[in-house]
Order: sequence, then structure tokens, then C-alpha cells
Amino acid sequence: MSYLASIGSYAIMIKEVFKKPVKWRIMKSLILKEIDELMFGSLGIIIFISFFIGAVVTIQTALNLTNPIIPKYLIGFTTRQSLILEFSPTFVSIIMAGKVGSYITSSIGTMRVTEQIDALEVMGVNALNYLVFPKIVAMLLYPFAIAISMYVGILGGWIAGVFGGFLTSAEFTEGLQIDFIPFQVFYAFVKTLVFAWILATVPSYHGFYMKGGALEVGKASTTAFVWTSVVIIIMNYILTQLLLG
Amino acid sequence: MIEVNDIHKSFGDTQVLKGISTSFSKGKTNLIIGQSGSGKTVFLKCLLGLFSPEEGSIVYDGRDYSNLSGDERRDLRQEMGMVFQGSALFDSMTVEGNVRFPLDMFTKQSKSEKQDRVDFVLKRVNLTEAYDRFPSEISGGMQKRVAIARAIVMNPKYLFCDEPNSGLDPKTATLIDNLIQEITEEYDITTVINTHDMNSVMEIGEKIIFLKDGIKEWEGTKHEIFKTDNEAVTSFVYSSELFEKVRQMYIEERN
Repeated sequence: MSYLASIGSYAIMIKEVFKKPVKWRIMKSLILKEIDELMFGSLGIIIFISFFIGAVVTIQTALNLTNPIIPKYLIGFTTRQSLILEFSPTFVSIIMAGKVGSYITSSIGTMRVTEQIDALEVMGVNALNYLVFPKIVAMLLYPFAIAISMYVGILGGWIAGVFGGFLTSAEFTEGLQIDFIPFQVFYAFVKTLVFAWILATVPSYHGFYMKGGALEVGKASTTAFVWTSVVIIIMNYILTQLLLG
Repeated sequence: MIEVNDIHKSFGDTQVLKGISTSFSKGKTNLIIGQSGSGKTVFLKCLLGLFSPEEGSIVYDGRDYSNLSGDERRDLRQEMGMVFQGSALFDSMTVEGNVRFPLDMFTKQSKSEKQDRVDFVLKRVNLTEAYDRFPSEISGGMQKRVAIARAIVMNPKYLFCDEPNSGLDPKTATLIDNLIQEITEEYDITTVINTHDMNSVMEIGEKIIFLKDGIKEWEGTKHEIFKTDNEAVTSFVYSSELFEKVRQMYIEERN
């Protein structure tokens, strides 16, 4: 029953986010601040993880393809498919649930416990619009971050494969190009946009409606990470079934 | 002027406010006092419109809050200033940014007009330095003064303060109390202060309401509170040794 109540209050929160918007001049600066914080602030970790995961996927695939009949370009093919279909959109989003999600929950939760949200509401500011809307807009750039993740992951795979002596650059490139289905990239970006929405709103919900003090801010951040991850995993399944099934 | 008519507020099965009626006059510092759990904060939040009472009405200069539309409520809120217990300054903004925030949000003033207004109110609260500092870089007393400046920057008709001098040393607390009273008289504001500090009562208690278990137990002035026979009030007022000694001296003097 409490889950249903939470889903209901989440829906009401989303409705409130789009009501009574604050002045565009102020909103613009808030959006730019959030883009800097949520997107540019995450690029480093996204690039770092993507590069090494791409490299590891290539090495693992190469080490497991021991049969000489299997062409080596399949290593590049596997790396591409793993990164575009699952690793970059889903796995990176789970990591972002930890990084971006915790930041969103703790920053809004701290504003709640220090009465800063009450101060906004007393002034007549729509606190949900002021705090959550800029985050949603900033997260619209998330597909660009995921595109970078895909590119860097494949680059990592190429470097590990070629310089590790597992296959030639031509074989890897052939694998990248073989059986390429553009719709799979579309599918990946649709997923990414849905995950961006989840990453912006689920942690905001947990921060905005939290009760208590500093300890509860920490608990809310953990709960937000768990629920954001759970919702991402469930939506990943639903979207895969709907778009590829 | 704010008129409160028989308001009731519950949370689940717990009835916090059990029918409070009173009025708060313009240009006066009105104090709500009472022990922890007496319903002071809930009462103040009802006055601010953050909680909606289940019964009764709150009328702000002839405007019944429960009859106002969403836009009218928002307009009314822009006539309110609030000083929170912990100041509630925005961490990400400087002192100047905090004070300018309501002007940025709700006015179409030019940059220079806003700057003039910010300079004026910061000067009014005797804060002519620390413009560029963040709330975490200034003292508790300075934070309170910034909060007062932010609360009055829009020329509010109503000023609400929740424990404005909690966590401050007695000297700074008195300065803050006096500042609030001066501003109230100077700008003819209806000020309501939630406190349990007897020093504030003695300094600025032009009208005092004593709450106990969600009901208005007593109402009067700072002069009357020391003469009342109401047991609940006297046990609250004379709970400290200092005030009990003052009371004994008063009784001896009278005899």
C-alpha cells in the first residue's frame, strides 16, 4: 500500500514540477548550473569507466574465442554490441544513479532539513519547479554523455585488442561494421532518455519528501540509489521487450 | 492585522491545535510562547499558509486565506517575510544573493534598483560587510541579520519569526529582538514571533499569547504576564531560578 502511495505522490510531484514556472532568466542560470554539475561533472567518471570496460570486454571476448574457426572480427562485433546495447545506456546509468542520484537527493534533502525549501514556499516560489525542473532539462543532455561513453568504450576495446595482440586493427574495424543495425542505436538512445528522466526525478522525489535530520539525508540518498537502480533495471527490461522483442 | 478564528489542526489521530482564536495587530510585535510540543510551530505554519487548518479561518487584512485562489495565495505570500529558526539561508548563494533573491524572483526592477534596495536593507540590519561571503562563512548572529534583511527586502506587510534568537548569545539575541521591534514599528508591519525565550518576552512582548496543549491558555502584555495568577503561565515564566528570584523580589516589594 505504501508503494502505491509513493507512486501517487511521485505523480503529483511531476505535475507540480511543470506548474507555476519561475522566470526564464532565473531558470536559464539554474539549468546551466545543473548542466555543469550533473553532466560536465560526470563526464570524467563516464569516460574513465567506459574506456576500461570496453578494454576488458575486448580482452574477455578474445580470451574466450579460442576456436580457430571463429573469425577474430567477432571480438570487435561483441565489443560494439555490448557497449551500444547494454553497457553504455544501462550500466553507466546505474553508476550515474550512485553519482548524480546521491548528489540530487542529498542536496535537495539538505535544503529540506535546513528549512530552505520552506523558505522558498513561504516566498511563493514553486519549490519543485525551482529545484527539479532544471535537473530534468540538464539531464536531456544525458544521451550525449552516453554517446561519448560508447565512443570511448569502443576506443578502449580497440586499444586493448590491437595493442594487446589479440587482433589487428582491420579485424576490429570489420567487427565494428558488420551486421550494423542503426535501429539498435535508436533503441539505446530511447533507453538513455528514459533513464535520464528516472535519474533526475526519482532522487529528487526522495530528497524533496524526506523527513528528519542529517542522518535521514544519508538514508534517503541510499534509498534513492536503490530505487533509481531498480526502476532503471525494470524499465530496461520493458523497453527491450517493447523495442527489440 | 491578522485575525485567527477558532482554528483546528490534526496530524493523524493527534489533535495539535484545538480551537485557537486571537488577533495580531499592525505595528506591534506579537509573541507566541509555550513549552515544546504546545503547538507553537504548527500554529505559526498555519499562519504562513504552510499548513491548512481543518476548521476555522485566518484572515489577513480582510482576506480569508481559505477563500483565496491559488494566485491570490501566492500574491499574499509575497506580502509575508519569514525568519526561520536556523535562518534557512540558501547555501549556494552569497549574503547579497540571498537578500536579492526575492527581488530577482518577483520584481521587474533594474539591476541598480535591486542593488540599492539590497544595500539599504543590509545597512538597516547593520550588516555593511560580508556581502560576498557565503552563509557558512558568517556567524549565527550575522546569519539571523541576513535572514531578517531577506525577510524585509520586499517590504512585507507581515513578518513571522520562528525562534529568532535561538542559539545566540544573550547580547546578540537582544540585538536581534530589538532590531525586529524597530523594523516592526518603522515599517508598520504585523509581526508574529514564536519563542520560548523569556528575555524576548521582557524586551519586545507587546502582545503575548501563551499556548498549552494546542489551546490558547492566556493572552496579555509583557507587563501583565508577571502579574497573572494563571498557573500554567507562572510555571512557564518562573521555571528559571532568575525569574523566580525576580518574582520573590516583586512580591516582597509589593508587601
